[in-house]
Amino acid sequence: MIKELISLHSLRGWLYSFGLLALAVILLPVLNIFISEESFLHVPNYVFPLLGKYLCYALVALAIDLIWGYTGILSLGHGVFFSMGGYAMGMYLMRSIGKEGMYKSELPDFMVFLDWKELPWYWYGSDYFSFSLLVILLLPGLFAFVFGYYAFRSRIKGVYFAIITQAMTYALMLLFFRNDTGFGGNNGLTDFKRILGYSLQEPSTKMSLFIITAIVLFLSYILSRYIVKSKLGRVLTAIRDVESRVMFSGYNTLHYKLFIWTLSAFLCGIAGALYVPQVGIINPSEMQPSNSIEMAIWVAVGGRGTLGGAILGAGLINIAKSWFTVAAPDYWLYFLGILFISVTLFLPKGLIGIFDHFSSHKKNRKL
Amino acid sequence: MNSKNTKVKDDFIDTGHGCILYLENITVSFDGFKALDDLNLYIDDGELRCIIGPNGAGKTTMMDVITGKTRPDKGTAFFGQFLDLTQMTEYEISHAGIGRKFQKPTVFKNHTVFENLELALHTNKDIWTSLFRCLTEEQKETINETLKTIGLMEYSKTRAGLLSHGQTQWLEIGMLLVQDPRLLLIDEPVAGMTHQETEQTAELLSSLAGKHSVVVVEHEMDFIRSIANKVTVLHEGHVLAEGSMEDVQNNPNVIEVYLGS
Repeated sequence: MIKELISLHSLRGWLYSFGLLALAVILLPVLNIFISEESFLHVPNYVFPLLGKYLCYALVALAIDLIWGYTGILSLGHGVFFSMGGYAMGMYLMRSIGKEGMYKSELPDFMVFLDWKELPWYWYGSDYFSFSLLVILLLPGLFAFVFGYYAFRSRIKGVYFAIITQAMTYALMLLFFRNDTGFGGNNGLTDFKRILGYSLQEPSTKMSLFIITAIVLFLSYILSRYIVKSKLGRVLTAIRDVESRVMFSGYNTLHYKLFIWTLSAFLCGIAGALYVPQVGIINPSEMQPSNSIEMAIWVAVGGRGTLGGAILGAGLINIAKSWFTVAAPDYWLYFLGILFISVTLFLPKGLIGIFDHFSSHKKNRKL
Repeated sequence: MNSKNTKVKDDFIDTGHGCILYLENITVSFDGFKALDDLNLYIDDGELRCIIGPNGAGKTTMMDVITGKTRPDKGTAFFGQFLDLTQMTEYEISHAGIGRKFQKPTVFKNHTVFENLELALHTNKDIWTSLFRCLTEEQKETINETLKTIGLMEYSKTRAGLLSHGQTQWLEIGMLLVQDPRLLLIDEPVAGMTHQETEQTAELLSSLAGKHSVVVVEHEMDFIRSIANKVTVLHEGHVLAEGSMEDVQNNPNVIEVYLGS
């Protein structure tokens, strides 16, 4: 088992992966704590929640890459799984506010505002972190499993599947927009105070959340790497290329598709749960169809079918987005569109394809 | 890794009456057009059978029925005496021991030749086995043997998409072989092949008969003449004639609808 794990990467690959992890969990915190604020090497506090957000997006991209890049099933509804994890975490954070809300009530503010007298039954468990964690880990996967079972069993594929996932995310968005649904309507859940007793305003809490996110992303990356390097990974890419041949070779492709689809939703739910405490809000706009489409674009731009590409794509596009929303908010969508089109036209392997191109170039020259 | 879990329970195919495949009164219609019309066909265990017929005679539809891709409106399809193919899914049929080569060669183009065979290999094909098990030495040996049989040993690490047309066809036949099937269905194996490749393919298929039952659908008459003992002529969805190549060629019905034209 250990031997197989080590063989997942070349030595250089491992050095890169661990190097990036060390950069995130050791170097950045050290530069924040031990370097004085005047120094240009100092990493300011606001960087951590921002980077944490990018890492959550990277985890989403990783999840989408498994199902789209490797298995060829395009989902335009991953915002749903992300939101499920996010709302489950948000509910816990709401309940941790206690009586410190605006109305000084036991109940979350929005319920007081709606004149509700008691907590709806589906909020009961969210007082406990352990229960909320269970929901985060199980609900998105379970939902995806049931949805996927019926979709894949009916052999829905390609654009039809993509359209259905769009409809799914749109329907759930409308549901969550309603005040009566009991998740805060269009305002969503916000004004969080603390997580597990630690204040969310404290820089140390923010830094810890960032470090946890980095470790979760790293572990998810190793897990994904293990999967795509195993025979299961080869079956998945075979399904992407010619599914009928895989079936005639004796594989029950339904099981394979369902497995990777559920795993993808599971990872996406975790990403959502890590996202909410760092960003401080979750609302139904996360389930907008356009959000889920943007997630797929991260993967397409970074490089489908390469795990590094997906992470890179999510990171770069979101850094660009942060810059645009400050400097030129009106032009963001134009930029995204142009980027997407030009990558599709000129870089079919995505941005990561550039690196591969250069490294194979170097190898050729050596020969 | 031990090989305990990689073994598969071999389904027992009862060929006690000498036949491995029984197709009886099969009818398939698409929007009123009868692709197969009351088809009866029996394949003996270990025989090499050629099936010919003009376009639209129902050859490919017949293969679809046998492999579970198409369900017949009427009739029965039995593999051995007990397995009812009309009630089984594609992968169950494949597990039971029927391998199919498509008309258009379909291999996994982004995988290497070796990986193509690895994926097709007869073994436990559930998710957990695929996730945690590696190939045993014995299985690697089987794959290498097959690579030799199909003449692609030196292309083991080549991406299948880079193979020539003939090599792709052989790879696909190899993928059927490692599935260790009782019955091989082969759709137009020599279409687009050079003369030399055709000869090699004829040799390959002839060497497979006996160990496996082989059903070949083909248009290429010289090729069929070089391999066939028994030929079945399909026409408009049913069997028009059956017998040796010579008998079939002299059959007036056949001359009228097919060879004569």
